[in-house]
Amino acid sequence: MGLTLAEKIISHRLGETVRAEDIVVVPVDLLLAHEGTGPLALDQFGLLGKARPATQTLFFSDHAAPAPRRELANVQKRLRAFAEERGARFYRPGEGICHQIVAEEWARPGQIILGADSHTCTAGALAAFATGMGSTDIAVAMALGETWLRVPPTIRIEVEGSLPPMVTAKDVILHIIGHLGADGANYRALEFGGSTVAAMSVEERMTLCNMAVEAGAKTGLCAADEQTRRFLRAHGREEDYRPLNPDPDAVYEHRVHLRADRLSPQVAFPHFVDTVRPVEEVGDVPIDQVFIGTCTNGRLSDLRVAAQILRGRRVHPGTRLLVCPASRAVYLAAMQEGLLQIFVEAGGLVLPPGCGVCVGIHQGIPADGERCLSTQNRNFQGRMGNPEAEIYLASPATAAATAVCGRIADPREFL
Amino acid sequence: MERILRGKVWRFGDNISTDHIIPGRYYHLRGDLRALAEHALEDADPEFARRAQPGDFVVAGKNFGQGSSREHAALVLKERGVAAVIAPSFARIFFRNAVNVGLMPILCETEGFETGDEIEVDVVEGRVRNLTRNLERTFRPLPPVMRAILESGGLIPHVLRYGGLRWQDTL
Ligand code: SF4
Repeated sequence: MGLTLAEKIISHRLGETVRAEDIVVVPVDLLLAHEGTGPLALDQFGLLGKARPATQTLFFSDHAAPAPRRELANVQKRLRAFAEERGARFYRPGEGICHQIVAEEWARPGQIILGADSHTCTAGALAAFATGMGSTDIAVAMALGETWLRVPPTIRIEVEGSLPPMVTAKDVILHIIGHLGADGANYRALEFGGSTVAAMSVEERMTLCNMAVEAGAKTGLCAADEQTRRFLRAHGREEDYRPLNPDPDAVYEHRVHLRADRLSPQVAFPHFVDTVRPVEEVGDVPIDQVFIGTCTNGRLSDLRVAAQILRGRRVHPGTRLLVCPASRAVYLAAMQEGLLQIFVEAGGLVLPPGCGVCVGIHQGIPADGERCLSTQNRNFQGRMGNPEAEIYLASPATAAATAVCGRIADPREFL
Repeated sequence: MERILRGKVWRFGDNISTDHIIPGRYYHLRGDLRALAEHALEDADPEFARRAQPGDFVVAGKNFGQGSSREHAALVLKERGVAAVIAPSFARIFFRNAVNVGLMPILCETEGFETGDEIEVDVVEGRVRNLTRNLERTFRPLPPVMRAILESGGLIPHVLRYGGLRWQDTL
């Protein structure tokens, strides 16, 4: 009986074969936290009486960067001081979103990564077993270099065929979440495969794995293959590559099949991520604010699609467009390619790299009764800072088309 | 851990997210748990935020605690003195966080429970009795590792007590 990717990674790290449902204590390769979860992790770490983290630990200033208030500035200062004194890595405001930087600089196939942030599963795009936990779990892993976990059963998602133009990885994952439901993969791993996923870049796979948690999954995983090697090479660390595949006779809890060539752009309606409809069935929905960015869709390929639609056009007078590159590297590349210029010329507003508007802490908070269409991963009530506003989720292509039209629009009309 | 818990129900629906439990707009209060806890669940039921008493129960529908990893979601409920959170299913990070901070999650059907009901929970027998409506439900025991952590009062006391993540010989 073969192993799923999740079973394989954990077995390999333990040096013995484990299977779904086993409860194990495993070594951890990388830990991360940010301004929201880091301070509590430091409080708890302090109680454990260890001088230095036992595992490589990263602290990020991304959720409120630059700091909008004194309390958050103090938190960032505290994380920086801890990193300098105790041997961890601190990322300044403006470096970007934790999950983007983990993918660009750290994650490797076969690693076990824990983050005090639910979207830590994004690194599964590089075949790392990466999962979100709370601050206390991170503190204990910092002190002990290990954690306990239950090896998750896996749902295999097979996507076959080529995606039509303007239909993207975001539409694939929104459709899958609509099908599974917001708790349809609770406690399980989602393993993405099939010809469509094999053809996707790591950037696109990150969008799939990022949203695995929106179906409740512990992690999302893709095999490590030539696409992975290409991504690592582009980030100057090809030596981190090794191939990693699930066994052909791996045992899955069940399989979900999806034909990519029949998919249309998808939209999630407020206030739940699994209320998903194809764009043809959306009807007339005027939109006050469009947000393109986040760990789900703030990468160069995302900004390119959006710019392709916005080039030479204007944002609808009744709508605001906010764009936020996921990291400094994305920001620089987008600047060099002239994408940021296209957004600003169209009437958009470009924000510094970070989580930006996603979590309602410091910018772009919608007004009462307003509707926002965002490329982020969550549309819970109050998510963007106002419980009286509504959030729709879609791809960067749909977001750009919507910004131009002022109402939810089909990006295929811009081909 | 007390064996029998008795208190009042605050009833919530399905898919209560961590943004409901403690919204991102109170991010700056995360350093002050007491101030933060005054806003617990206010977007789902403002009455809870104003009037919940220590010993009360949060009783919800499926997938309680979905969303972010913010441990503050479990901490604010603990800070408010919530005796246990009862739901037919939990989002996994919240479930784990609750145990880690010493807040008991109880996996149990909750249909027919309403705000204001008096309930009694027997944590050893695994039984919830709704005294107001004369209903009784049984619940599934937690995995041994989680029981051990709750017995210790949370993950940090557990690690300090046993010098690591051991649990097999602690029960
Ligand atoms: S971009 Fe949004 S979802 Fe991603 S880490 Fe930041 S706040 Fe979380």
